[in-house]
Amino acid sequence: MHPILILVVQRLVLGLLLLLATSALIFFGVEALPGDVAQAMLGQSATPTALANMREELGLNEPVISRYFLWLGGFVTGDLGTALTNGVDIATSMGQRLGNTLFLAFWAGVISVPLAIVLGLIAARYVGRWPDKLISGVTLATISLPEFVAGYLVLFFLAVQLQLFPSVSMVFPGMGVFERLGAIILPVIVLVLVVLAHMMRMTRAAILNVMQSAYIETAELKGLSPMAVIARHAFPNAIAPVVNVVMLNLAYLVVGVVVVEVVFVYPGMGQYLVDHVTKRDLPVVQACGMVFAAVYIGLNILADVISILANPRLRHPK
Amino acid sequence: MTRIPISALIGLVLTGGFFLLALIGPWFAPYQMDEIVGGVWEPMSSQFLLGTDSIGRDLLTRMIYGGQTTIFVATAATVLSFVTGSVLGFLAATVGGWVDQALSRLVDLLMAIPSLILALVILTTVDVTLPTLILVIGFLDATRVFRLARAVAVDITVMDYVEAARLRGEGQSWIIFHEILPNALSPLVAELGLRFIFAVLFISTLSFLGLGVQPPMSDWGGLVKENSAGLVYGVSAALVPAIAIAALAISVNLVADWVLSRTTSLKGGRGG
Repeated sequence: MHPILILVVQRLVLGLLLLLATSALIFFGVEALPGDVAQAMLGQSATPTALANMREELGLNEPVISRYFLWLGGFVTGDLGTALTNGVDIATSMGQRLGNTLFLAFWAGVISVPLAIVLGLIAARYVGRWPDKLISGVTLATISLPEFVAGYLVLFFLAVQLQLFPSVSMVFPGMGVFERLGAIILPVIVLVLVVLAHMMRMTRAAILNVMQSAYIETAELKGLSPMAVIARHAFPNAIAPVVNVVMLNLAYLVVGVVVVEVVFVYPGMGQYLVDHVTKRDLPVVQACGMVFAAVYIGLNILADVISILANPRLRHPK
Repeated sequence: MTRIPISALIGLVLTGGFFLLALIGPWFAPYQMDEIVGGVWEPMSSQFLLGTDSIGRDLLTRMIYGGQTTIFVATAATVLSFVTGSVLGFLAATVGGWVDQALSRLVDLLMAIPSLILALVILTTVDVTLPTLILVIGFLDATRVFRLARAVAVDITVMDYVEAARLRGEGQSWIIFHEILPNALSPLVAELGLRFIFAVLFISTLSFLGLGVQPPMSDWGGLVKENSAGLVYGVSAALVPAIAIAALAISVNLVADWVLSRTTSLKGGRGG
């Protein structure tokens, strides 16, 4: 078998193991904490009889191990259980919201990745001069902003003061694609701001690192223009670290949406998760937690695989 | 002390100011924390320097008490994460073997899941109080300190003086606290600022989501949440705590950047 295939398969298996361990952590971790679902639902003043009845009803008297495998088995087959608070099937209510969240994250990614790479290239080209200093200074400021602060600043200035966009991102089934895009402009701007800085700084650092190699000097000496040296010689060799940081930030987007969705009242997974943490609806929270963790781990594994494929030493073994 | 760059000086002054305000601010607060003193969202005036909040409490007073909560929780969580993270990290590096494997794999697993998601899962079952918030943030953040402490300590444990100490018959804890800790201190101190910012942003985000500090107490994240409804009507009250969080984070960042560049240059640019 081709050695690169073995490496890729190894990564995938590792990812599955990690996912399994995550499910155990999310399930047993909560078990180990003081208090349980019945207590959380009935409150501190519940009588012992009421608690016992509730535990019986929820099946909490079964051994932990068998409950875990029941939960995990349901997860694999797409049955996420039912919400405690209203008895609705979790998978049904999650479907639509997951679509909305991925739509938001997708557009934020489509805009921020090329923008970050171009800005990183410009900063690396003019390193130490004013374009570099300007870009680096602005990104340092945006790195320090938590998502909700960036969200409210954008909301206040663009939606309230200038009245450019709607301040609430309502989407509903049956809405056209362009209407949908119009509705999510503000959350997309915020998400782009949040991830752009980190991606751009890493791109800049990766390219500057490559720029110290001997072949870059050769390319400069044979008279190529600085931009051509960067685009043709430095960038292809900086792809692996750049892809890694891009993927990490896309994974970060998945978490950033939790907060941004709450700011803009967007009906996605984040809103759903936060609502049910407040209601102490453990099955929903565990299911959402698993979905978020799965996407996060999946993107990280994808980053690993791409950087393996981007490495010519591994692609053409001797 | 050699020359301090201007950005670090601004950072130091602002950071010092924030901490001073957290310590002695409540004595200067013009009103009681919970006192309703005026109308809803009154604009800034000489009576209410920052205006009033969503139910007519003085915003400046709320900001002072809120800042105290934010800084207290973040500081306590940072201390907790440093103590657990570095002690376990040093232990993993010096003992090695299965202890190292078990701790490192556990940390790998914890870091494979976004901290915010993990915190939300935990906060669903436990009661949200200040101590639990500090514990959750501190332990989740300890994973990052553990990684750093272990990496630094692994380099140190192979040094001759550690070997000499071992041959002298010193115990495990003596080696950790007398040989490794003093030599690992400077990269850890440089990391301190970054972890503090992380804790500030974390507690603010949790409170903003309504899952952090509970009313009637409030921190800056909670103040943003309380006043956010006014933004749509052009009331900027929610931006005051929002900007305070950003200012605290940026000023600590400036100091941390400076400490980081100082400690790495001291070590001949080996990157700590």
